[in-house]
Amino acid sequence: MDWNLLITQLMNGLQLGLLLFLLASGLTLIFGIMDFINLSHGSFYMIGAYFCGSIVAYTGSFLLGIVIGLAGVFIVGALVEWFIARKLYREDHLDHVLVTFGLILIFDTLVHLLWGASGMAIPLPDILNGQLTLGELVLPTYRLLIIFAGLLVAAILYVLVSKTRLGMLIRAGASNRGMVEALGININRLFLVVFALGAAMAGLAGMLIAPITEASIGMGNDIIIIAFVVVIVGGIGSVKGAFYAALMIGLIDTMSRSYLDLLLQLAMPSNYAETAAPALSAMLVYILMAGVLAFRPQGLFPPAGMK
Amino acid sequence: MLVKLIRTTIIASAIIMTGMAQAASVKIGFVTTLTTPAGVIGEDMKNSVELALEHIGYKMGNLDVELIMEDDGFKPDVGKQKTDKLVKQDDVDFVAGYIWSHVLLASMNSVTSADKFLISANAGPSQIAGKRCNKNFFSTSWQNDQTPMALGEYLNQVGVKSIYIMAPNYAAGKDMAAGVENTFKGQVKGKDLTKWGADAQLDFSAELAKAKASGAEALYVFYPGKAGGAFIKQYQQAGLQDKMPLYTAFTVDSIALPKLQKAGLSGVLGSKMTQEWSPDMKNPANERFVADYLKRHGKYPSFYGAQSYDAIMLIKSAVEATGGNLKDKDAIRKALKAANFDSVRGRYTYGNNHMPIQNFYLREVVADAEGRWTTRIIQTVYENHQDPHAKDCKM
Repeated sequence: MDWNLLITQLMNGLQLGLLLFLLASGLTLIFGIMDFINLSHGSFYMIGAYFCGSIVAYTGSFLLGIVIGLAGVFIVGALVEWFIARKLYREDHLDHVLVTFGLILIFDTLVHLLWGASGMAIPLPDILNGQLTLGELVLPTYRLLIIFAGLLVAAILYVLVSKTRLGMLIRAGASNRGMVEALGININRLFLVVFALGAAMAGLAGMLIAPITEASIGMGNDIIIIAFVVVIVGGIGSVKGAFYAALMIGLIDTMSRSYLDLLLQLAMPSNYAETAAPALSAMLVYILMAGVLAFRPQGLFPPAGMK
Repeated sequence: MLVKLIRTTIIASAIIMTGMAQAASVKIGFVTTLTTPAGVIGEDMKNSVELALEHIGYKMGNLDVELIMEDDGFKPDVGKQKTDKLVKQDDVDFVAGYIWSHVLLASMNSVTSADKFLISANAGPSQIAGKRCNKNFFSTSWQNDQTPMALGEYLNQVGVKSIYIMAPNYAAGKDMAAGVENTFKGQVKGKDLTKWGADAQLDFSAELAKAKASGAEALYVFYPGKAGGAFIKQYQQAGLQDKMPLYTAFTVDSIALPKLQKAGLSGVLGSKMTQEWSPDMKNPANERFVADYLKRHGKYPSFYGAQSYDAIMLIKSAVEATGGNLKDKDAIRKALKAANFDSVRGRYTYGNNHMPIQNFYLREVVADAEGRWTTRIIQTVYENHQDPHAKDCKM
């Protein structure tokens, strides 16, 4: 057993999980509180990456790219809520899906028009391109930063949701929207804030991943499916559930990519194992979801009071 | 009654129009990827095809050239659908292009069973080189195994003892891994095939950690298009450049290099790969192609572009050799097989399976006179190399 490899892979899994959490936490709130299925949530992820990349290219500062980029995505999210999503809350889920799928196409085309097809690389400051060495263990600094940023956002979100008035309303909205409205809370403003906040977190995830994989058109569409899996496994509307489910799925994905081929080689010839392992590890996440849906359809950590 | 009349008129005029078009022009369908992140490759091919057509004045012999571009969306099913459309609806004479082996494998039969010609400008899956070879298929690129075989040979020459292999999990990825394993005499310490397609895996953290832990001396990867840039970046971020030298096939190209340079990833300078072509090759056809491409687009063309340029020139040579008689399939086939044109890689010949028999070179990443990162040939690895699957082809 190679312990350094195991620790490295655990960190990799943690990093992937936290990125998924950033995406899924907004998605689960929007889904849980407004009962709104937002397929275009991944577009915020993409827009965040492009905003950040453009600002970094212009100013040369990665930090500035993140800060201004976050504000930009927050505004885009608010605009989408104001002009589009708001009119749809009372409509059928099918309408949500159709409209937000249309939004994906619009956002993808807009990005194509503005930035071209070739994608965008985001240069990092030298300090983030390096590695941290702890004895035998060598960890890329940038991946540690992603873990740190993810945990920080999770902590802020925890305080926000469980200790503040806004958080109380969010939790109340997730459990029983009608009652919150009946108590005279300005539900429109609450929805606007939650939607834009969710968009900004998705944008942050996009900004964090782009220096590794580059920003590209449709990057959000690939990951949004997994984010929905996280939402369902964690329990719709539950930020805590999204956190645990995201970490679980991040670790399952990374660990199966790391060790599944070795495991399969015990049972079959190695050339079959090589091909089967990546296919199976891509499936494992969905198998988990199917299991959760079969035995605990409300998710692993549903919000309190949810039927 | 009226509906029937209109319908008849439309059908009649359509027949007349296609009839006229056939008489006066060569119709070429070109299938590539124009959307998804892989669209950058398609863009390079499209630019090169357009440049080729401009160089020949949109004329082959005395026939006008009509080009129809189609986007396969990086998906085999869409590629096949678009190919069917080109063959049946547009009734093209040649279908060219195809970046991806799985798209080509799905689409080939639609072209060849209609007795039309398919010119692959990139994909060269082992199946088509071997058992599924076809008299109407020609390649202006290579068979997938050849480039990695040349790389394996080079690794032997420089005395590398062990490698770790990473490639995407699809037809070409497997060929690229098999090619190196075929010729490399050292030990393969491990191999990862990663998820591929429109939602390809782009974060290689787990695989890079495994590669490092394997203790292999060098790393060999095949990651075409956007994934290549992402891979190089993570390779450098993981701090592997001083520990595990990187050897690649179809990964570091003129599409990835400008972006890597912009991001300041100097770790890629000096990295080595094998290829049948390089922008610095000295022959009149290549010098004209590269110079005009540079002038037009401000960047070097990639090998995808070079092969697409060649595909148009190959078709031109065949059309002219037959005096523009597109009905005479046998004559066209014979002319294609002769490969009687000035390829940008220099002259090559066709084997029995219609895959090129050609040289493979070792290329290195360098900065050109103006500081732009590009590739330069440093040595020839194989001369007139034929792929290993030709013997399985009964042609």
